[in-house]
Amino acid sequence: MNTQAQYLKTIYLVQEEADGPASTGAIADRVGVSPASANEMIGKLEERGLADHEKYKGVSLTDEGISRARDALQTYCIIERFLWEVLEVEDFQAEARQLESVIDETVAERLDTIIDRRDCCPDCFDAETDACELLELEVPSEPAD
Amino acid sequence: MSLTQPVASDHQLARLLQIGMVLEEVVEARAHNHYEALGDDELDAEIVALLEDAAEESGEHRRRLEALVDELDADPIAYEEIERLVSARYESDTDFDGVLYDQLCNEETAYKFYDDLIAAIEGSDIEFTIGRDRLLAVLEEIRAEEREGVEEVTELMERRR
Repeated sequence: MNTQAQYLKTIYLVQEEADGPASTGAIADRVGVSPASANEMIGKLEERGLADHEKYKGVSLTDEGISRARDALQTYCIIERFLWEVLEVEDFQAEARQLESVIDETVAERLDTIIDRRDCCPDCFDAETDACELLELEVPSEPAD
Repeated sequence: MSLTQPVASDHQLARLLQIGMVLEEVVEARAHNHYEALGDDELDAEIVALLEDAAEESGEHRRRLEALVDELDADPIAYEEIERLVSARYESDTDFDGVLYDQLCNEETAYKFYDDLIAAIEGSDIEFTIGRDRLLAVLEEIRAEEREGVEEVTELMERRR
């Protein structure tokens, strides 16, 4: 996933949480960069018709921006679910954040063939836990005799 | 989320190599299952040879990646479980175009993965337990074979049009 996709995903999630435009500060915090860097990328997203930035209000994704953000979020969900279900990584959120820039969506599509992802993805993504809310995080216990 | 270096430790490198191993396993299993589903009666010698080569090459790539992972400080992966998942979830296409198209996607996806991984390693200044030159040499060789694979499938598809 490239840097642009990572920003789109973040803006989408911040926007959803705020139920309105995303503030530059919140975007920068979430991405882990300075506000100046975030502003630079937001400017590029505006030039590409993916976002609108209104001073003092914040950033809103355009319809095209939302569509791409949802694709990026889906790729992220695939990476998380793959790490958890297949490689059995306990701290899958942290590892997914580290790996997302190296895993392209075409690669994620192949990983998707061996995981159990629902059709409602990415609507079931919970930004607070940074994971799909349908993910079964409990290790199944042994059935009683 | 963070835009930090993606390959900043042995652990992260090992994880990415493991993802490569799973991708190779997927290719190997899909090639095998295509052959099983269609059989010699439906597939001509050219496609059978292509699927056999693809499965053999993926097996070899997987072993080379595994050898690199073994040199790193990483948890092993439950390999039998991956094999089980791949074969359990696989849905076979049952026509020639489907087989060749799927094979093309496999090769292109693998090429893209190694290309991104090499770029990420080159962009990282971390010293891994494995010598960087050897690591990159292995990955570049595998990437070159994936590129050849893309070309072979494309040529075969064009010849059959």
